[in-house]
Amino acid sequence: MAASDIMSATDPGQVRERAAEYLLKRHRFRLAECLPWLLAIAVFFVFPDRMTFGSQVLVLVMFALSLDLILGYAGIVTLGHAAFFGIGAYTVGLAAARLQWTEPISGLFAAAIVAGFVGFITGWFLLRYRGLTLLMLTLATAILLQETGNLRSDISGGYDGLPGLAFKPLLGVFDYDLYGHTYYLYALAALAVVFYFVRRIVYSPFGQALTGIRENVRRMHAIGSPVHRRLVTVYTIAAAIAGVAGALFTQTNAYVTLTVFDFDNSAKVMVMLILGGTGRLYGAFVGAAVYMVLEDYFSKLSPTFWQFGIGLVLVLTVLFARRGVLGLFESAGQYLTERKKP
Amino acid sequence: MTAALQVERLNRAFGALPVARDINLTLERGARRALIGPNGAGKTTLVNLITGVLKPHSGRVLLNGEDITALSQAYRARRGLARTFQINQLFRGLTVLENLCMTIGERDGNCNNLWRSAGSKRVVIDEALDHLESLRLSEDALKLVRELPYGRQRLVEIAIAIAQKPRVLLLDEPAAGVPSSESHLILDVVAALDPDIAVLIIEHDMDVVFRFAKEITVLVQGAVFTQGTPDEIMNNEQVRAVYLGQEGHRGGRHG
Repeated sequence: MAASDIMSATDPGQVRERAAEYLLKRHRFRLAECLPWLLAIAVFFVFPDRMTFGSQVLVLVMFALSLDLILGYAGIVTLGHAAFFGIGAYTVGLAAARLQWTEPISGLFAAAIVAGFVGFITGWFLLRYRGLTLLMLTLATAILLQETGNLRSDISGGYDGLPGLAFKPLLGVFDYDLYGHTYYLYALAALAVVFYFVRRIVYSPFGQALTGIRENVRRMHAIGSPVHRRLVTVYTIAAAIAGVAGALFTQTNAYVTLTVFDFDNSAKVMVMLILGGTGRLYGAFVGAAVYMVLEDYFSKLSPTFWQFGIGLVLVLTVLFARRGVLGLFESAGQYLTERKKP
Repeated sequence: MTAALQVERLNRAFGALPVARDINLTLERGARRALIGPNGAGKTTLVNLITGVLKPHSGRVLLNGEDITALSQAYRARRGLARTFQINQLFRGLTVLENLCMTIGERDGNCNNLWRSAGSKRVVIDEALDHLESLRLSEDALKLVRELPYGRQRLVEIAIAIAQKPRVLLLDEPAAGVPSSESHLILDVVAALDPDIAVLIIEHDMDVVFRFAKEITVLVQGAVFTQGTPDEIMNNEQVRAVYLGQEGHRGGRHG
């Protein structure tokens, strides 16, 4: 139902009722939302030998989702989001290699707490700035963390990383298998939980306030919104989620190196989000999947020049589909429903 | 009784250029004061100083007797200081209803909630619709702000300020940019504001000023030139010379 239909009611009481319904309905679960999840389960049965690849995609979906929360909703532009992914990855990596803490699920929580904490501290300082300054400061944060790891290579393993990590069986029962079946389902379950949280946040009054900050920060100040506090809050949450994604990355690969902090990693997740569509929850799903499939395809086509292909697709997206692949689908859907009308 | 808003010896300069010079200004409860002055007199700067967008170099701002000079813009807003902007500052990509719900949500602290669904509080939606109804904006409730004509957007700007339930309201040229055929709508709304709210209005149209204001402050080059009742101002020779004399630009609403 379009907004114009609702307002065509003449009775003012009816208008009221419908307006309230309209606001409420936008947050209800839609049937189409099952689609990506069904697809993810179908992949499990259809491509049983590509589960490791599948797990990578799920991890990156979660990573992109955390970026969407701050970039797509709150409008915070960052080039250092890999910092939190890396912190999560190293939290479980170091816990396993140095402390023999190899229980996977508690590892995710630990990663969330550590990454969230770092997000809170850095966010408190950095989120006073915007635009180019913020871009450079977030970038610097990730580089500083990477170099700290490099400096203490006795602990972090330096650029050789922490190879051959072993984790306890999931819930004490399901062990790691060579084809990654267990970890695919594990990553999918973790993603579902995280997604539920993000969806609640995005559609909450707090989430609306984030949209307000993105739309017009001057107005938010004028209506009394504690803008800095809101931004630090969402930055902390996004950092924690990126940390969980990083932890899953380490667990599914059974190794971690300092490359997780690379600028490439920060840039890649932003490219994914732009491909999929920012500020629309499922953009992270579409973007990560499209990116990974393209990367897989192009690197087989040309192992040296595959990035050219990704770059070309990105340029086309930015020029002709500003709202990403998902935005294209939305436009197509709108076009079709409008044509159906008499 | 403490004044709703009191500005004491406020000073501010941009580099070597003083834009506020020892400004004193008092708004009693329910005041209707107009702030006039030639372009570049520092009227909007004064609003920015009062609301905390700019920090003064010296002087104080008191809101209901509380010294708010060092406090943030948002804090001042939550304490009952609202403003409208000379150029619309709205959530253009959201519906009018959402613009209002956002304001009410921030006013009541609902926006601290990360878990509840945003549309689930009927009282908020009902109140938002009430405000829209009183400004005859109901039919635009579910339209995106950027789809509205500019005059309607100006009304949304005022609706937001009213929804903040302010005790002091600063209106920065509420009818600026609106064709005169529609500006009466906005001025009717301004005239019908709650008599308890202290209002300071910046306006170039002298007819509006004399109709609306009970007191007038004239600002020239960042300093208070004079203040008084509309009659006093009208009959003040010096004011006529610096301001009313160049009344030829009634249509040019900028600056």
